[in-house]
Amino acid sequence: MITSTRSAGMGDSRSALAQVDRRLQFLIVLMLIVLCLLSLRLGLLQLGDHEQYAARADDNRISLRALPPNRGLILDRRGRVLAENLPAYRLVVVPERAPDLEGTLARLADLVPVSDDERRRFDQQRARSRPFESITLKSNLDEEEVAKLAIHRHRLPGVDIEPYLTRHYPQGELFAHLVGYVGRMDDRDRARLDPDRYRATTHVGKTGIERQYEEELHGRSGFERVETNAQGRILRVLERNDPQPGEDLRLNVDLDVQRAAYEALGDYAGAVVVLQVATGEVLALVSKPGFDPNLFVHGISHADYNRLLDHRQRPLFNRVLSGGYEPGSTVKPFIALAGLEAGVVTPSTEVVSTGQYRLPGHSRTYGDWKAGGHGRVNLELALAESVNVYFYRLAVELGIDRISRELALFGFGRTTGLDLPGENSGILPTRSWKRATFNQPWFPGETVITGIGQGFTVVTPVQLAHATAALAGRGQTAAPALVGQREPVQMVRHDDADWQAVHRGMEAVVHGASGTARAIESELVVRMAGKTGTAQVFGRPDEDEEADEREQDELPEFLRNHALFTGFAPIDEPRLVVSVVAEHGGGGASVAAPIAATVMNAALEAGL
Amino acid sequence: MSGSPGSLIAVGLQRLRLDPWLFGLLVVLVAFGSMVLYSAGEQSMALVWRQWVRLGVGLAVMLFVAQIPPRLLKAWAPFLFLAALLMLVAVVFFGVGRGAQRWLDLGLLRFQPSEAMKLALPLALAAMLDRKPLPPDWRTVIAAATLIAVPVGLIVIQPDLGTAVLVGLSGACVLFLAGLRWRLILGVSAALAAAAPLIWLNLHEYQQDRIRTFLDPESDPLGEGWNIIQSKIAVGSGGLSGKGWLEGSQSHLEFLPEPHTDFIFSVLAEEFGFIGVVAVLALYVAIILRGMFLAGQCRDAFGRLLAGAMIFMFFVYLAVNVGMVSGALPVVGVPLPLVSYGGTSAVTLLAGFGLVMGLYSRRRFMG
Repeated sequence: MITSTRSAGMGDSRSALAQVDRRLQFLIVLMLIVLCLLSLRLGLLQLGDHEQYAARADDNRISLRALPPNRGLILDRRGRVLAENLPAYRLVVVPERAPDLEGTLARLADLVPVSDDERRRFDQQRARSRPFESITLKSNLDEEEVAKLAIHRHRLPGVDIEPYLTRHYPQGELFAHLVGYVGRMDDRDRARLDPDRYRATTHVGKTGIERQYEEELHGRSGFERVETNAQGRILRVLERNDPQPGEDLRLNVDLDVQRAAYEALGDYAGAVVVLQVATGEVLALVSKPGFDPNLFVHGISHADYNRLLDHRQRPLFNRVLSGGYEPGSTVKPFIALAGLEAGVVTPSTEVVSTGQYRLPGHSRTYGDWKAGGHGRVNLELALAESVNVYFYRLAVELGIDRISRELALFGFGRTTGLDLPGENSGILPTRSWKRATFNQPWFPGETVITGIGQGFTVVTPVQLAHATAALAGRGQTAAPALVGQREPVQMVRHDDADWQAVHRGMEAVVHGASGTARAIESELVVRMAGKTGTAQVFGRPDEDEEADEREQDELPEFLRNHALFTGFAPIDEPRLVVSVVAEHGGGGASVAAPIAATVMNAALEAGL
Repeated sequence: MSGSPGSLIAVGLQRLRLDPWLFGLLVVLVAFGSMVLYSAGEQSMALVWRQWVRLGVGLAVMLFVAQIPPRLLKAWAPFLFLAALLMLVAVVFFGVGRGAQRWLDLGLLRFQPSEAMKLALPLALAAMLDRKPLPPDWRTVIAAATLIAVPVGLIVIQPDLGTAVLVGLSGACVLFLAGLRWRLILGVSAALAAAAPLIWLNLHEYQQDRIRTFLDPESDPLGEGWNIIQSKIAVGSGGLSGKGWLEGSQSHLEFLPEPHTDFIFSVLAEEFGFIGVVAVLALYVAIILRGMFLAGQCRDAFGRLLAGAMIFMFFVYLAVNVGMVSGALPVVGVPLPLVSYGGTSAVTLLAGFGLVMGLYSRRRFMG
């Protein structure tokens, strides 16, 4: 290429020019070598590693955006909304788009209050996120905050306001324990749930129906393959797979009955369960006090949470499912059935109540609640007046084994199968249970008090209602259900005459001249059968219900007995069951029975 | 000569003291470069027009420079060098620019004295060495080394590492072509290598970051490493035949930083693939070879040293830029010669070609 010309000028020696030419030639070789090496380098990138870089270019360009499904609504039996989704706004930050993240966060904190909790969650989520993912700093912004942020957004790079749907419970505390609430997904939820379906989900059911029917309510996440630029702005959607929305869930509960029950409890903490006898459908399920489930959706503040924890009446405790109470006299109809079945008594067998009962060979006495006793009583009167001596004697003649067998048939001592998480099984005392729990034999005196629902027996309000439904249905009912219906089951078989006798006795509780709950008769719009009960909280006073109630008024509230009532109506064709526990209500007759009457009336008024 | 239009153009160009071959190759390069620029600049024809205006200015400068007789160049060389040096000093005191002071604000236009030095230094060195017997003795070498070191030092403190390297290399190239002894070259190289840690410590933090990032780009993929990684992805994803003109996702979705200036080669590689890359590199090689041929034809040492250094500078631009976008060299702000958007380097480079062609055109007539 270079032909060294020898046309040297006057000042240049030939050898000097030749020297420059040699260097020029060397330089050419050097430049060619370097360019060859660079070509080699480019060839390696473009040919050798092409696939890897092509994939990375696609990764850059295409991102998968998970789309959350809309959670199904929760409705009452008439379609009234118990849980809905409301549009809301949240503040999100893409850290990679904020050149000075700390500065941006500081400026944001001047505009909207960001709590330590929110900041901590932001940092945690950031550590888990992929580059250019938006991370929520604060959710559920109010209108003023949205307006403020919108004005200042231009000087907050990487900050955005994002619309989303948030769960809302319009009925507030009324359904807190029944519907439950959703909360932010935590590590345990993530371990439990299918990551594919939950890719875009932030909130999952934590308690109640929301948790029990999570799968149905949630639906399935969709996704979008989108082309984005380096700033993460979406340029176009390449492919879209719509999310599958969750199913709307219609509960068996009736809003009006639920409200009536909640209000009827007044200031008492307690539980009310209303069931349909034939189908087991739950018409109302109240645990009072409730709480505002909306507080939990966006993460409850420490102050609010502590207020709930410290509340004297423990509003977070679900009494319907987890509350264990002595059944007290509400157990007597079941004992009566066991006695009739065993032939130990007939409906006309009479017992003389003198006010006291003593086990043969023992000095300890067991009292009637009525001083001086009830006199000569048959089964109907024994139930109507809740005559303890009748049932002491009956229990002793039956023996604990036959009592346990009868109570077990009615579902005591095991969960009812209600479709809510966290049901307690209660306690059904048997010889083997006593042996296993206390390593002691069964003592005869324990049989005596089991006859009037004291001692070891523990029931939950829903168990009591379920057993009452079985009693009302002459042995046949279905497992309680909030959604759908379960198969009716013949739980217990007895002669029709036996059922009839017990039903008569329970009718006399309300409608008999001397029934313990006779005071509610005038309130009722229907003929109702029932049984009052009192669960002891303090000491073991004699079962003196009326006298007790007088004394109970003088006790400090937290030491007063729990008031119980369980009943069904109408008598001839029982459809509805109402069970009531009013904690520290004093007596079943004076406190629980009127509540039950109000609720029963409300249910009938609701056309149930 | 025949009367065909081609040869008429060739004769015309020769009258203007331009080499038809070299000029033709440069036109082809600019034409292809404009296509890539159109794609890289978000299909803005306005951007391409602005670049053509600058190239027009460069063409005028080239034509003007080609007309200057070598005798005058030699005579003016010391003064041009001094003037450039004074302006570099002025930059130290009155310079403007973000982060680094590189510009002189002359009211009407902003001027980058380091650009002028790219021409003035080789010119001054070639003129000086032309008067000495070659190869140069040690006194001449020391004098030449001083001429190189002072402006390079002034540019380093601006700081502008990329330009300092270019200016230093263009000066060193003259000295090398003059026949600098190999022993000395190896000795200085060894000394530089030994001084490397010292140089490292005196680099600005951002310069250290760039080198650190170059050595391990994935260590900071969203920060300093972003440019190198995204550029390599653009180049690598181009494959053999590329994604097609205007179809580069890296370039058009803003993943590639500065696609129309320093990283325009990545756009080319992404859209035209390895085939396009080899074609463009071949074009550059042809320009370099033709340029070196012209340099070798110059009638005296002055012409050969200066022309050789100009072509070498062109090559350094190319090698540093391609090395940078392919991740073989650290990120220094050196454009792809005559293709990247921007006026300053284009004018300097075209002036350099003007020098080469002017010197070549006088190969027989001078004396």
